[in-house]
Amino acid sequence: MNVESMIAERVKEVPPSGIRKFFDIASEMEGVISLGVGEPDFVTPWNVREACIYSLEKGMTCYTSNWGMPELRKAISCYLSRRFGLEYNPKNEIVVTVGASEAIDLALRAILNPEDEVLIPDPSYVAYMPCVRFAGAKAVAVECRPEDEFRLTPDKLEQKITPKTKALILPYPNNPTGAIMTHDDLEAIAQVLRRTDIIVISDEIYAELTYGQRHVSIASLPDMKERTVVINGFSKAFAMTGWRLGYAAGHPALISAMVKIHQYTTLCAPIMAQVAAIEALRKGFEDGFASVEYMVKQYNMRRKVMVNGFREIGLECYEPKGAFYVFPSIKKTGMTSEEFCEKLLMDQKVAVVPGTAFGASGEGFIRCSYAYSIDNINEAIKRIGNFLKKIL
Amino acid sequence: MVNEILEILNEDSRRTPEEIAVMLGTDVETVKQKIEELEKNKVIVKYNTIVNWDKTDREYVTALIEVKVTPQRDQGFDAIAERIYKFPEVKSVYLMSGDYDLAVMIEGRTMKEVAFFVAEKLSVLDSVLSTATHFVLKKYKVDGVILEDEEKDYRQVIVP
Repeated sequence: MNVESMIAERVKEVPPSGIRKFFDIASEMEGVISLGVGEPDFVTPWNVREACIYSLEKGMTCYTSNWGMPELRKAISCYLSRRFGLEYNPKNEIVVTVGASEAIDLALRAILNPEDEVLIPDPSYVAYMPCVRFAGAKAVAVECRPEDEFRLTPDKLEQKITPKTKALILPYPNNPTGAIMTHDDLEAIAQVLRRTDIIVISDEIYAELTYGQRHVSIASLPDMKERTVVINGFSKAFAMTGWRLGYAAGHPALISAMVKIHQYTTLCAPIMAQVAAIEALRKGFEDGFASVEYMVKQYNMRRKVMVNGFREIGLECYEPKGAFYVFPSIKKTGMTSEEFCEKLLMDQKVAVVPGTAFGASGEGFIRCSYAYSIDNINEAIKRIGNFLKKIL
Repeated sequence: MVNEILEILNEDSRRTPEEIAVMLGTDVETVKQKIEELEKNKVIVKYNTIVNWDKTDREYVTALIEVKVTPQRDQGFDAIAERIYKFPEVKSVYLMSGDYDLAVMIEGRTMKEVAFFVAEKLSVLDSVLSTATHFVLKKYKVDGVILEDEEKDYRQVIVP
């Protein structure tokens, strides 16, 4: 039997991740300095880890409700209300998932029919396009430009809307660009959407990580809640990436459809992670999310160090207002993003991610994460500076 | 901004005014001026280094002495605290609530040296009623810094 020929067409036609190649080279190399990581360098706060250890000692090792533990859903509902002014009923409008990634997949599979189109801002997170295609639908990129600070603009959006458009993925604060959408930016998008039957899948995993202004959810705008699925999780705000815990909040009909898939494919998110998440939120309510605020403060300082560093070595970069990425332009080197990243890795042992891994509009840019110590950031910038001196 | 400067320096006192200015998005002159003021007002008392002496060949012992004292009229605990903290062997002195009054950290080369110091200098002071000496066996965390086995970075080199 030719096993390769057994792989489904829709799986075969999705190209492998643009990051994979660099990962393979970089992870074999000695002395690599990386700015390539899309996760916090903070370890999960000890009170959260300790709560999980205690739950294991008590023997909490069973399944939970498909929707997630009622106590956790209540806490999430309260959290969304307090931090972002979003009101969701914990009984039927919130589902706890295995990472925000699962929530995105569920939301897409719950609504997509073959031939449906899903609009995805470009550049953005690597998983959206493959998830749409695995769900049997068509991914349509909507270009975001540096001159718009990589925000989604209503005119670019409108150009791509067709009668087949079923959903828009709205990933802000954005990985890889660090762009955010202000209230006014979102209102302009909402004005386009209100005239349509388009569902918004709003991936707000970086919502806590904004600098200088609070995150605004499109679901908080008039008449937008019903058509929006808000997706969030504990990975970025609470430094809990490996726990794989996310959630979706939205209209009961959408959430029940998502739970239907979730219960037959995953059953429930791991109870250990759910218990830990309850503690993360409990402590947050108690101390005003002091550990989140602390991390944001640290990221903000590193962000300034990185933007300043890149400008000093002559790399043009706009000031990102969210997430923990800087997205400088390398166009003046005349190299493609991939070429630049590969040569930088070989020559200076610095690992960054080519912008093209996040879509065609990422060409000419590199993604640099500042989820690292300041010393690490300074050393990496010094090496990138040396590299530029050599090639320019 | 003053608290932010202090937080940065408290974390790493080697940060230069230039670096701090970038981190806080302000100009170097302002940072320099603030630091000067903080030094002058003794908000910044000293810049020092956290050393794990256990990793060196230096012989030393640390002890925590619980001291019960009689407070003095008009001066409360301050006068007796001053008598005690002026000894160079004394590394820190805190006024405490609870069973005893002063927590005194003492460092010496040997246990004998510390014991003699307590017997000859500390317990003989007029207002000292009693002392209890506890020797430190191992330091795990000092001033918020874990001395050994700090958690390492388990992250992969590149993650989307």
